[in-house]
Amino acid sequence: MNAFFDMGGYAAFVWPSYAVTAVGLVFLIATTLLRQRRARTTLARLEAERDAAGLGHGQR
Amino acid sequence: MNTLLGVLARDLKLAIRQIGDATTVLVFFTIAVALFPFGLGPDPVLLKKIAPGILWVTALLAALLSLDRLFEADHADGTLEQLALSPAPLEAIVAVKALAHWLTTGLPLALMAPLLGILLGLTGEGSLELVLSLLIGTPTISLIGAVGAAVTLGARRSGVLVALLILPLTIPVLIFGVGAVDAAITALDVAPHLAFLGALLAGSLALTPWASAAALRLALR
Amino acid sequence: MSTNVFHRYANPTKFIGLASAIIPFAWGLTILLGGYGLYLGLFNSPADYQQGETVRIMYVHVPAAWMALGCYTTMAIASAIAIIWKHAVADLIAEETAVIGATFTVLCLVTGSLWGQPMWGTWWVWDARLTSMLVLLFLYLGFMALKNAFDDPQRGTQAARLIALVGWINVPIIKYSVEWWNTLHQPAAVARLDGPTIHPDMLTPLLLMGGAYMTLFTALLLVRVRSHIMERRARSIALALAEARGAGPDEDPAGLRDGATP
Repeated sequence: MNAFFDMGGYAAFVWPSYAVTAVGLVFLIATTLLRQRRARTTLARLEAERDAAGLGHGQR
Repeated sequence: MNTLLGVLARDLKLAIRQIGDATTVLVFFTIAVALFPFGLGPDPVLLKKIAPGILWVTALLAALLSLDRLFEADHADGTLEQLALSPAPLEAIVAVKALAHWLTTGLPLALMAPLLGILLGLTGEGSLELVLSLLIGTPTISLIGAVGAAVTLGARRSGVLVALLILPLTIPVLIFGVGAVDAAITALDVAPHLAFLGALLAGSLALTPWASAAALRLALR
Repeated sequence: MSTNVFHRYANPTKFIGLASAIIPFAWGLTILLGGYGLYLGLFNSPADYQQGETVRIMYVHVPAAWMALGCYTTMAIASAIAIIWKHAVADLIAEETAVIGATFTVLCLVTGSLWGQPMWGTWWVWDARLTSMLVLLFLYLGFMALKNAFDDPQRGTQAARLIALVGWINVPIIKYSVEWWNTLHQPAAVARLDGPTIHPDMLTPLLLMGGAYMTLFTALLLVRVRSHIMERRARSIALALAEARGAGPDEDPAGLRDGATP
């Protein structure tokens, strides 16, 4: 197992590569999903407000 | 045809009237080149070795400096709108304006470069090739630069933006321009480099006017 | 006015339907392909006889390079579609692809540098591939900067479409001239990242990771474009609400509002 983490003496290069990739991709995924959630809630709130105000699809 | 000649004559006349703008480019070229020995030390061997690169990069930046006046003044005073309505195709007008830009920046830069080359120890072999490569390479820069100037018309911080957009696209010109001078210094064949510069010029002459004209139409809409 | 607005969104609605059907599969495939690819790449593939264990960096570096180029192509094609057919969603695809593609490009550069240090002895070598990637990053940055440089977002979108196409035509020219410049200045053979011949035991995890990156890109892109469309809808509803309240008969009985505020 130690040999695995040691990566033939190149651990200092192999693991940071995977770490940087993981950080970059997780950041991308996280911002994407957070943005989606925000967009969903905002849209749902406004649609409810619009319906409450009586501004349906065909009315205006 | 008359419209195109008129545009060329007008742009050149304006350049002569505002001769200060054109000289600023040359002064910038001189000062920027003269800075390198201060940064690198006065070692003549080193300076001669990197002279082609310094001269080409600095000429490229100097040409970039003057791009903002390519369309901006004409856009501001409404001339551009009239030109767009004229019978001549906008693509041709853009090409002519790029030619006027080259005549007032690229050409003087190319003619001035061997003089600055002397400052860096680039004399004899290489000087002629420096002028030749700049003569063939700088029109491409004017043409690509016209796309950048047209596309950023009306943008915020358009000067920095043009540099960001244009500089990556000019890398091939830079590579073959410096390559031609380096080849001449090391007694290699210069012709392929110049041929590539010519090919880049032909390609950008064929393609960039469409992009520039399309960008100008967006700005005028 | 309203019918107009909803007609304009008819197409995006269709897109949302399609995207919503694809997105779960894209996430699922990303996990499957990525999981299996990582397992093979880290545990079940040989070390390179020349590069040793560092070759495992390839499984995150090379797919990033593929995606960096692939995203730019996607961006350019989407821009062309936006120009030719005025397709509303194509602009959103181009915009969101640029962000994802630029991230992949940065990841490719960083992992390439981490791979280069043990192979070349320095963090950066002006190797043709790395240099081309750096230029590609500049092209992405230019596209994004131009897109956001105008007060009128529509104008930024239209200008960015053009520069995406101009950049795309230039990519092969830049790549070719950089390679040519590289061979000219570095006649000594530098170990190329991803060698010319690749062991089949390495090819499988590499292709799996490539597939995982591609499905990840698909999922990210579709989710982002869908969010973008929802944001636009929310904005138009907010505008309609503000308009209805502001100009409603109760709030403004005398009709003074037009002249009241400049």
